[in-house]
Amino acid sequence: MSYDTIVVGGGLVGAAIARGLCKLGEKVLVLDEGDVAFRASRGNFGLVWVQSKGDGMPEYARWSRHSADVWPEFSQDLLEETGIDTAYHKAGGAHLCLSEEAWERQSALIKRMHNVHGAAEYGAVMIERKELDTMLPGLGPDVVGASWSPHDGHASPLYLLRALHDSIARSGGEYRAEARVEGIAKEGSGYRVTTRAGSFSGAKVVLAAGLGNRSLGPLVGLEVPVFPQKGQILVTERTEMKFSMPTLFVRQTDEGSFLLGDSHEDAGFDLTSRPGIMADIATRAIRSFPFLKNLRLIRSWAALRVMSPDGFPIYQQSESHPGVFSVNCHSGVTLAGAHARTLAPMIARGRLEEPMSAFSRKRLHVQAH
Amino acid sequence: MFKRIKATETPRVSFSFEGQPIEASTGDTVASALMLSGQTHFRNTPISQSERGPFCMMGVCFECLVEIDGIPNRQACMIPVREGMVVRRQKGAIGVETE
Ligand SMILES: Cc1cc2nc3c(=O)[nH]c(=O)nc-3n(C[C@H](O)[C@H](O)[C@H](O)COP(=O)(O)OP(=O)(O)OC[C@H]3O[C@@H](n4cnc5c(N)ncnc54)[C@H](O)[C@@H]3O)c2cc1C
Ligand code: FES
Repeated sequence: MSYDTIVVGGGLVGAAIARGLCKLGEKVLVLDEGDVAFRASRGNFGLVWVQSKGDGMPEYARWSRHSADVWPEFSQDLLEETGIDTAYHKAGGAHLCLSEEAWERQSALIKRMHNVHGAAEYGAVMIERKELDTMLPGLGPDVVGASWSPHDGHASPLYLLRALHDSIARSGGEYRAEARVEGIAKEGSGYRVTTRAGSFSGAKVVLAAGLGNRSLGPLVGLEVPVFPQKGQILVTERTEMKFSMPTLFVRQTDEGSFLLGDSHEDAGFDLTSRPGIMADIATRAIRSFPFLKNLRLIRSWAALRVMSPDGFPIYQQSESHPGVFSVNCHSGVTLAGAHARTLAPMIARGRLEEPMSAFSRKRLHVQAH
Repeated sequence: MFKRIKATETPRVSFSFEGQPIEASTGDTVASALMLSGQTHFRNTPISQSERGPFCMMGVCFECLVEIDGIPNRQACMIPVREGMVVRRQKGAIGVETE
């Protein structure tokens, strides 16, 4: 039995690509490790976020925007096909500024981004406090204003992941859990992939194993310099719906919980929730929205982002092993639409067409010297 | 529906659920005391309003939420009964004052 493509990793990145390939009629196998793996897709904040993406790399700014542009249809397709609602809302998103300096910094960023996209195309604006009060309830006295973009939104990352897997199964794709990939070897014009659950043949291989790509890459002549960056999230009890849009640090889910987040730590492969950071997250959330202090927290967790040295995605095809690709990014929710609809067809054609060359790992060498 | 495995000697306490008096033993959790008295409808869910009662009895599923002495969304399976406690059903999502 031979597959058109074997996708290694069943997180948001692997599942989005596998779904895209299935829709093109490919015969796809997804090989996934298990709950022992680090799985950002099961522990993230759920923003589809564009406004701050790509400062310093216009291609990434436009790629993120492209994904936000296709998300409404992508989500609607998943709903119609699987009956699973990703809870996507393109309500716009606000990045609150809690001091004059933060406002200045954010204004400068928004201005730089305007220059990258052209103002009409970009669409993000700075919003002063008075107007912001008409958009979000219960703002604290420290909130000076916000940057806001109409292209931003949020979704449930868990329903998204479930919908993608359901779609893969419905389109004839196969999924194997507890199938950690340990070897990849050339076999005829394709590849033989060895796992703990047996070995499989495929014409093409996509490495989408998140942090696992770092050790898989060298098996096929690819360097994948990704490292873990820890983020912690707090969840409150459910309340009546108060928010009509997400913010970068606080969002309300469709079920009514508030998620508080956006911490960044270099802590290696450590998944413990730590009180110091939890207190910082809660403090910033309460400065933004003082009413949150009366709510009970019911859950918290930590997860590891899949970071590259410059924070931008890494997409590449092996030169020594043609037909083997690696795909990594640190915004797998945001980019799910683009991965399924635009990147997957390129992989099906066997070529990463423009503008994908910007995302090659080679750029990192250029910057390192 | 539920029975104690063995009668206890511990002192009795009484509290109320939806205004009805309930008898329990010291050391019972609110959830076990309510279920022993035949109550299984603890809350209505925030989205579909469906009726729910305790499932895990160990603090992880959040199905047993009730309002205790005016504080909403308390886990009945994690809280021991106290004399005079006022317990009510958790009716869906709580309101919040943002002003
Ligand atoms: C706290 C936090 C908040 C975030 N917030 C957002 C956000 O708001 N918006 C957004 O867009 N993104 C967000 N992200 C990022 C997003 O979660 C990730 O970009 C995305 O989940 C990456 O998906 P992935 O499939 O590459 O990785 P993973 O989810 O890590 O999946 C990799 C998969 O590969 C498997 N695997 C590993 N090694 C092997 C192997 N050898 N063989 C077989 N399988 C293997 C694992 O089992 C795993 O299932 C956040 C991340 C974190 C940690
Ligand atoms: S019964 Fe599960 S948390 Fe109380």
